Amino acid sequence: MVTVVGGQSLLGTVRSMCANRVSYTLDSTLETVNSAEEAAGRIAAEAGFDDEEVMKISMAVREAAVNAVLHGNAYDPSKKVTLAFERTARDLIVVIRDQGKGLDTSRLPDPLAPENLLKTSGRGIFLIRSFMDVVEIHPSKTGTELRMIKHVHGSAADSKEASQ
Amino acid sequence: MTMKSSTRQVDGVTIVDLSGRITLGEGSVILRDVVRDLLSKGQKKILLNLGDVNYIDSSGIGELVSAFTTAKKQGGELKLLNLTKKVHDLLQITKLYTVFDVKDDEAGAVKAFGQ
Repeated sequence: MVTVVGGQSLLGTVRSMCANRVSYTLDSTLETVNSAEEAAGRIAAEAGFDDEEVMKISMAVREAAVNAVLHGNAYDPSKKVTLAFERTARDLIVVIRDQGKGLDTSRLPDPLAPENLLKTSGRGIFLIRSFMDVVEIHPSKTGTELRMIKHVHGSAADSKEASQ
Repeated sequence: MTMKSSTRQVDGVTIVDLSGRITLGEGSVILRDVVRDLLSKGQKKILLNLGDVNYIDSSGIGELVSAFTTAKKQGGELKLLNLTKKVHDLLQITKLYTVFDVKDDEAGAVKAFGQ
């Protein structure tokens, strides 16, 4: 595992690493959201996912990063976001943690309910669940961990097998 | 790529040509400011041309909803034009495709205002 601390510019660092797992410790800023999205897109592409799947994965990671930075850490400069990617033969696993008060999952709205359709927020977790195969939310008093998995299949699985 | 916007008038309708990304931060703020500015000037027939918008996140979706409801509350109309596949798919899965009035032909969209 390789750990990168504080790097806002994620580009370039991952490419030089030949590890199946990489993690970052990031500030609670908008730049983190953009960097997380970029890193996710690159890692998903390198894992062999097609363009549409790459878009879905990078968008899910973006939404998770928005939740961590905005709702979890509330832009608090003393709080960090950790983001980890792990590639296995079967999955791309992404784990993102914040240091907030812990997401109250019982209060997550259903954005498809008629009374919520015209709400201006509350779609992030819904989009993450739409785009990833497995989504687990683990809230605690010291923060929320969101773990999401995209299964490798199709062209991604083929390229994975070819490289083994 | 950040978002850019420009406006033009066609038969009493203000067409806002948007390009880039409508995401949390600058993109969402630009969209909000443009729509509020138009409404404050009494330009209440607004057609958002999203043909060059290649990415939108949940914040951007929220901003589109806000623009739509704000225009409606002020007696205006807001329609969407030329959705890319990504934006179209997002509006489908969030069930907003049928909430917005979505057009794919500019002349037809302009004519549809006020009817």
